[in-house]
Amino acid sequence: MSRSATVSKPTPTFDLTHHTLDNGLRVVVAPDRSAPVVGVAVLYDVGIRSEPEGRTGFAHLFEHLMFQGSANLEKLEHFRYVQSSGGTFNGSTHFDYTDYFEALPSNALERGLFLEADRMLAPRITEENLSNQLDVVKEEIRVNVMNRPYGGFPWLVLPSVLFDTFANSHNGYGGFEDLESATVDDARDFFRKYYAPANAVLAVSGDLDVDETLALVERHFGPIRKRPRPKRPSFAEPPLAGERRAAHDDPHAPIPAVAIGYRVGDPIKDLDGHLANVLLTELLTDGDASRLQRRLVQRDHLVTDVGAYIGEFGDPFDERDPTALTITAHYPDAGSLEAILLAIDEELVRVADQGLEPGELDRVRTRLVSVLMRELDAVLSRTLNFAKFELLYGRAGLVAELPGRLAAVTEDAVRRAAAALRPDARAVVELVAGGVR
Amino acid sequence: MTSPVPALTTPRAPKRLTVAEAVLSNGLRVIAVRKPGVPLVEVRLRVPFQSARPTQPARAALLSDAMLTGAGPYDRAGLAAAVQSLGGDFSVGVDADRLLVGGNALATNLRQMLELLATVLTDPAYPKDEVATERDRLIERLSIARSRAGVVASEALARRMWGAHPYAHDLPQPDAVAAVTPAQVRALHQQMVRPSAAVLVIVGDIAPKRVLDQVEKALGSWTGQAPEARVPALPTPQPGPLLVVDRPDSVQSSLRIGGAALPRADARYPALQLANLVFGGYFSSRWTENLREDKGYTYGPHSRIEHNVLGSSLLFDVEVATEVTAPALLETRYELGRIASLPVTGEEVYAVRQYAIGTLALSTATQAGLASTLTALSAFGLGLDWIAEHPKRLAAVTVDDVGAAAHEFFAPARLVDVVVGDARSIIDPLATLGPVERSADA
Repeated sequence: MSRSATVSKPTPTFDLTHHTLDNGLRVVVAPDRSAPVVGVAVLYDVGIRSEPEGRTGFAHLFEHLMFQGSANLEKLEHFRYVQSSGGTFNGSTHFDYTDYFEALPSNALERGLFLEADRMLAPRITEENLSNQLDVVKEEIRVNVMNRPYGGFPWLVLPSVLFDTFANSHNGYGGFEDLESATVDDARDFFRKYYAPANAVLAVSGDLDVDETLALVERHFGPIRKRPRPKRPSFAEPPLAGERRAAHDDPHAPIPAVAIGYRVGDPIKDLDGHLANVLLTELLTDGDASRLQRRLVQRDHLVTDVGAYIGEFGDPFDERDPTALTITAHYPDAGSLEAILLAIDEELVRVADQGLEPGELDRVRTRLVSVLMRELDAVLSRTLNFAKFELLYGRAGLVAELPGRLAAVTEDAVRRAAAALRPDARAVVELVAGGVR
Repeated sequence: MTSPVPALTTPRAPKRLTVAEAVLSNGLRVIAVRKPGVPLVEVRLRVPFQSARPTQPARAALLSDAMLTGAGPYDRAGLAAAVQSLGGDFSVGVDADRLLVGGNALATNLRQMLELLATVLTDPAYPKDEVATERDRLIERLSIARSRAGVVASEALARRMWGAHPYAHDLPQPDAVAAVTPAQVRALHQQMVRPSAAVLVIVGDIAPKRVLDQVEKALGSWTGQAPEARVPALPTPQPGPLLVVDRPDSVQSSLRIGGAALPRADARYPALQLANLVFGGYFSSRWTENLREDKGYTYGPHSRIEHNVLGSSLLFDVEVATEVTAPALLETRYELGRIASLPVTGEEVYAVRQYAIGTLALSTATQAGLASTLTALSAFGLGLDWIAEHPKRLAAVTVDDVGAAAHEFFAPARLVDVVVGDARSIIDPLATLGPVERSADA
């Protein structure tokens, strides 16, 4: 039963047009003329999980190679054309996909489409570029992981304890040995197999005309030859049969930390169950009124910070099955880990057994809707959301439906979500602090 | 198959924004801008917070961390629950210039957000136990911050640039934090969290005129005069030997370089802004193309102009592999010397001009981006007009103007530099390039 307060929550509306080119490229176009800017995003259906054994970190290294020139562009030209048009660009590698994107003034729309089409046609994969970007990627790993306290924690560490298969458990940044053994032939094969138009989604949104945009998309992406879409294997794993524990040494961290991971259900097949998990994470750690902030930070003074999230990168809509719910905390006293785990378990049991406080679910839900809509304000993040929901959920329009779907999640569903986070179904990784306090 | 890169089409001008501004009877300046898009509203309250007192950084940091731990009828969790039920969030941050309360919520709940903000400003509790909790957390967070090479390097550079000036001591020391009492935090709030020189920026799906009335009603009871800040003028950074701070076994070295820059209101600022972009302010810059895309020494170097109330600075950051520390410094100095003494090209200036204009539009195209930009500009008496007029100023800059700005501000001879890294491995190679001084405090 939802009360009027829930019903009156605003729901975003988008004017989405779908089209599929003859080569299989799926296209989503969403006009919004409020500001003279456009977003262009291409998502390829390949990520960390598809890396071959012995080639950890390859999906990310390959992402770098996609910026090194293409059919009609010398090295450095991609960057220069985007930026001298007044735009910004980037790319990122995820567990289930890899994205490439630009935010541009709307008078550069065709140029942005050309740049993406040109590298979908043929990136310049050479020994020189590979060797240069191998050095750059090593520096990226040094700056983000090896030289940084809590670097890569827990996303590079927890999967190896929580999951079993190579696909789900290996280090996504890659070991230096694996990265160094990558060859130009590996990269060409990877491109041929996974970077087919039929394995990608293109989203374009912002200050544009739909028909003109579709014609431009056809002009630039249409000539790219059709290649078969690779069959994506299931990466699913059964529920954990018992608790797992591991320790991770961090030479720079001044105080210990812990990551507690739980395998949660298929986000695509059971979206409503997934949304109950998402609401649970917010209820546990979003803000000073949340259960674990009150208990662990304010009452028991056990931890300095605590957070809960779904998806290795903190985005609950970023992964297919399997995905994880993670609780992390930093704590000053290395001897208090068991007390922290016990307190978390008690709070989860309290949610499961005693249910929620009056108004609790509604305020958490209201805030979450607000957060989701705030993400849609920038043209680029809106574009990326359309592309991501089209690729992973098969439906860009789901972006607009999330507030309504969240409104329908019941207290019972959240209680069930809490009940599933049992001590015998979790992986606990303790970060051992080796740094100077 | 070769195809030409498509040309740009005619740019479309951004829509004009509806804005209302007022100075309330309590002195608070309010800027409300209608920017629909998503049905949300962004709120930023900027309160000047400069002080020359040595106790200020620790007390201000704890005030900032404890400000939302109770006010009026609300305890800590009660206040957070009230904000959350509006789809809202508040956060507080402080630096040597200002205290900033940021927030956002569903636009329809703005009135209630302002009422909660008023309660925090006029009737904060700073409960003893909550302040103690936040004091311990702040000390842990400072230790985490200082375990990062970049933070150590920025602090070392700030000390090199500003000496004993408060700008060199933005992050407090843990023992100073440990000594702060709740009474001192309350007194600081009483004294400095006053509307007389504060600015409130509200951007979102709102009706600006009506919002001014809402603000008057909600915040009219917030009164009082903040004391005049007596902070010494910013010194001119004095170049000296390269300072090396030891971080044993560091796999990378963090190089930081700094110097004086121009404020936004200076007529030569647009030229300096473009010179910075050409050098290292965007990906297609000389520094990035050399150090990353040619040499592979780094994931990414960045240079930027930072604007503080007492002065602007030019700052350069790069993390490089330990074994290429000296070569990376050599290339950096080469690029600095090159841009300071040789002309830049018309092609370079065209590219950075377009980039500066385009990214200004992108960064102010969101509610949050516009609110933050307007708040930052307000400290210098600048506002929406500055954003609207800036593309014209950038368009008027000539290649010679950029060269002149680069000549004056990028000359290595007037810059200060520090490196944080494994001293055992990097000191000798660095010493081959010039005088090196090893820091005593690490």
